[in-house]
Amino acid sequence: MKLLEVKNLKKNFGSLEVIKDLSFSVEEGKVVGIIGPSGSGKSTLLRCISFLEKIDSGELLYMGESAVTTGTDGRANYAEKEKLRQIQRYFGLVFQNFNLFPHFSVIKNVTDAIITVQKKPIDEAMETGRELLDKMGLSDKVDAYPWQLSGGQQQRVSIARALATKPRMLFFDEPTSALDPELTGEILKVIRGLADDNMTMIIVTHEMNFAKNVADYIIFMDDGLIVEEGPPKMLFENPQNGRTQAFLNKFVS
Amino acid sequence: MAWQIMVYKLSEGMLESIKIYTLTLIFSLPLGLIVALCRMSKNWLLRNFTKLYISIMRGTPLILQLMVVYFGPYYIFKITLPRGYRFIAVIIGFVFNYAAYFGEIYRGGIESIDSGQYDAAKVLGYNKAQTFMRIILPQVIKRVLPSITNEVITLIKDTSLAFAISYPEMFTVAKAISAAQTTMLPFVTAGIFYYIFNLLVAYTMEWIEKKMSVYR
Ligand SMILES: Nc1ncnc2c1ncn2[C@@H]1O[C@H](COP(=O)(O)OP(=O)(O)O)[C@@H](O)[C@H]1O
Ligand SMILES: [Mg+2]
Repeated sequence: MKLLEVKNLKKNFGSLEVIKDLSFSVEEGKVVGIIGPSGSGKSTLLRCISFLEKIDSGELLYMGESAVTTGTDGRANYAEKEKLRQIQRYFGLVFQNFNLFPHFSVIKNVTDAIITVQKKPIDEAMETGRELLDKMGLSDKVDAYPWQLSGGQQQRVSIARALATKPRMLFFDEPTSALDPELTGEILKVIRGLADDNMTMIIVTHEMNFAKNVADYIIFMDDGLIVEEGPPKMLFENPQNGRTQAFLNKFVS
Repeated sequence: MAWQIMVYKLSEGMLESIKIYTLTLIFSLPLGLIVALCRMSKNWLLRNFTKLYISIMRGTPLILQLMVVYFGPYYIFKITLPRGYRFIAVIIGFVFNYAAYFGEIYRGGIESIDSGQYDAAKVLGYNKAQTFMRIILPQVIKRVLPSITNEVITLIKDTSLAFAISYPEMFTVAKAISAAQTTMLPFVTAGIFYYIFNLLVAYTMEWIEKKMSVYR
């Protein structure tokens, strides 16, 4: 089953065309890696499919349910608020710079949304929160505040926070880019663990080895377009497009 | 006049000052939040009207504003207001003036919050009101607390401006006794009272700031 379908997505900022015409889909349980040079529109794409930016035209479907359609006038039409709110529960987003809530303790960061938004009973939410933090290796940090944690720990909290709402798919925007190199490993390990549990994921990353090993499918983006896509083995070992080759060459060391 | 009587009368005045102080804060602290939100509204008229209100409140003397609120209804509209209006005028004057200052402080705080906080809240499903009340506002309050402390300390001294419309708060009382007895003693005593009040407020604010220092 396709958990996400993106069709002919276009997004402009004023006169700047950031996403030009982009289509792809994600099957349940699969991991899609998105790579590409900085400024190519990867973050914007994730923000569009997370409803943080309004798209200009195209279609977005989640679990077969339509969130955005585009009529003959070429303008994007969003579904009604209630529908979007329901669809929003299908996905979670992990940010490059975590965006934890600094005034909440670790456990509150993880549980507040499910208590406030999803109206889960508090003890049930706490149980979920503790389990997730345990899984992230943070059981001793439950009552700490974000500023007391390392970047890697903060990112693990933010992954737990995203998982707490029980999304069907998770989007990652360069989850290790804000971390010191020695801390990226712990985050990649966590994401690899999620992949082993068959979590459906879209991961924007500059960690080429990681993308190669974890992703089922790679999309190479440049200048708001998908330049090349395919299984990692094919894309990394035998890239067809000159731009893909040039981009990948920068990572060979 | 025996000094006990003087202290007693000043204490009565002090009670009035505290009344003005407390009511002003109770109304102007929340009202300031509304001012901040109107000032940042997408509605052109509302935004610019609020801007004008703030600039008048900050650009003219508070003492003049008090006089306009108190004497205005009579001189402009020929309305005679009941005797209790003096107190109401004091509160209206102070609340509207302080709400403007608090509004600008809150606005600075709100604008300093990283947009990523809104993004995270939205993806987690918080609606606008929940995002503001649970995620944004607590961080804003923590950030603006030092500026708020400045204002609430200034307000103690500002309550004495109610003498302009002869409201019997402590300074007005001190002035009256001093004039009748030709002595400076009431002013010195009132000064000491204001200072003690100040210390209590400063201590309270410090305590609140410490309480909030667990997070950043
Ligand atoms: N809110 C915005 N307003 C205007 N331009 C933006 C905005 N966000 C991103 N852009 C522009 O869109 C382009 C793509 O940015 P981004 O999606 O962040 O790329 P990437 O994540 O691949 O580095 C860049 O040229 C960037 O300057
Ligand atoms: Mg980016």
